[in-house]
Amino acid sequence: MKIDSIQNGIVLDHITAGKAMQIYYDLGLDELDCSVAIIKNVKSNKMGKKDIIKIDKEYDVNLDVIGYIDPDVTVSIIKDGKMWEKKKVALPKKLIDIKKCKNPRCITSTEQGIQHIFKLTDEKNRIYRCIYCEADK
Amino acid sequence: MKHLIDPMDLSPEEIDDILALAQDIIYDKDKYSEVCKGKKLATLFFEPSTRTRLSFEAAMMELGGNVLGFSSADSSSSSKGESVGDTVRVVSCYADIIAMRHPKEGAPKLASMVSGVPIINAGDGGHNHPTQTLTDLLTILREKGRLDNYTIGFCGDLKFGRTVHSLIKALSRYENINFVLISPRELKVPEYIITEIFEKNNIKYREVTSMEEVIHELDILYMTRVQRERFFNEADYIRLKDTYILDRAKLKNAKEDLVILHPLPRVNEISVAVDDDPRACYFKQALNGKYVRMALIMTLLGLKGVMR
Repeated sequence: MKIDSIQNGIVLDHITAGKAMQIYYDLGLDELDCSVAIIKNVKSNKMGKKDIIKIDKEYDVNLDVIGYIDPDVTVSIIKDGKMWEKKKVALPKKLIDIKKCKNPRCITSTEQGIQHIFKLTDEKNRIYRCIYCEADK
Repeated sequence: MKHLIDPMDLSPEEIDDILALAQDIIYDKDKYSEVCKGKKLATLFFEPSTRTRLSFEAAMMELGGNVLGFSSADSSSSSKGESVGDTVRVVSCYADIIAMRHPKEGAPKLASMVSGVPIINAGDGGHNHPTQTLTDLLTILREKGRLDNYTIGFCGDLKFGRTVHSLIKALSRYENINFVLISPRELKVPEYIITEIFEKNNIKYREVTSMEEVIHELDILYMTRVQRERFFNEADYIRLKDTYILDRAKLKNAKEDLVILHPLPRVNEISVAVDDDPRACYFKQALNGKYVRMALIMTLLGLKGVMR
């Protein structure tokens, strides 16, 4: 299978196999009008298999969203067909407007215009809690 | 600017200072009678309350200050659809400090993010009730003479009981406290209390369903009401409401110096016949609530050093 290399854009590599679609939707890539390639189950020496996403446009990617879904992803910025910058993502300490609190008793369920904020409370088990009601996501 | 939203907002040293100040107020009330002269407390109660609201208002009055506010959401602009954020922004223009109760969890946290004056959480849904915690701590200190080294049993609705969550958090910072959690399976403490308070800090705890089985071990028994307003399903409330009733017969096996606490209001979970027992401390607890709120108001307004 041949996927053209991109001139100016972003490559998300080392995505855990099966997580590409979640990243695609949670980053809002379905709303872009440029070419976006989702390559699933690519052979990888390090990971066995992995997913890759290529975005054919300069785009301000939300690293917290990626870090929350899959903190081992690498983000490469491509300019003029060459690697310009490589970014490693990490588990974010805070999630702002990435997830909504599901607790029906939480103030975020009724208050308009409020930011949905979660704080990382347990890094080992990747547990985030709503800063308002402390429910986990 | 300091707020009190979660009991953990106060360090153990700050709690010690507030409790010491409350005890000094009890010892010499006159000394504090004009400390808040010219200051206003707004009580924003979006949910009904007797003790908490009146004790806040009495506390401010005894400090020489004034009070304004509302006692139900129906009598505020929230009935017209005003957001909590806007209500608090407006009220913080009129008052020096705000005590707020709201049925939604996290509402006081939101208020603290937009307010120009200190916010005190006077209860948010089934989440936290830090001023009740200060009340409980003052009562334990006065009755037991210490805040560490005992076995405390929490009984009843441990799932929605915000006073329970707040007190467990606060007590987790004191040495050698053994927690016994007595509840039906449906009303056990939330999972985050187990993982992030007990397990994370290696604190001894036990979950049981029978009060009779453990009452002889307890130094303090903290009773709670099964709260109708926290249930979405009336049938569940009716099924669970009479699970635990403390009466004279059950107290026969309890220690002579047991301290029985209850945040009140009670319905029938403590028999009226227990009220005369010297171990019943829940009405003293209600009185302590006023003194500890006086100490808290002074602390958050930065008036600790100002007195006659």
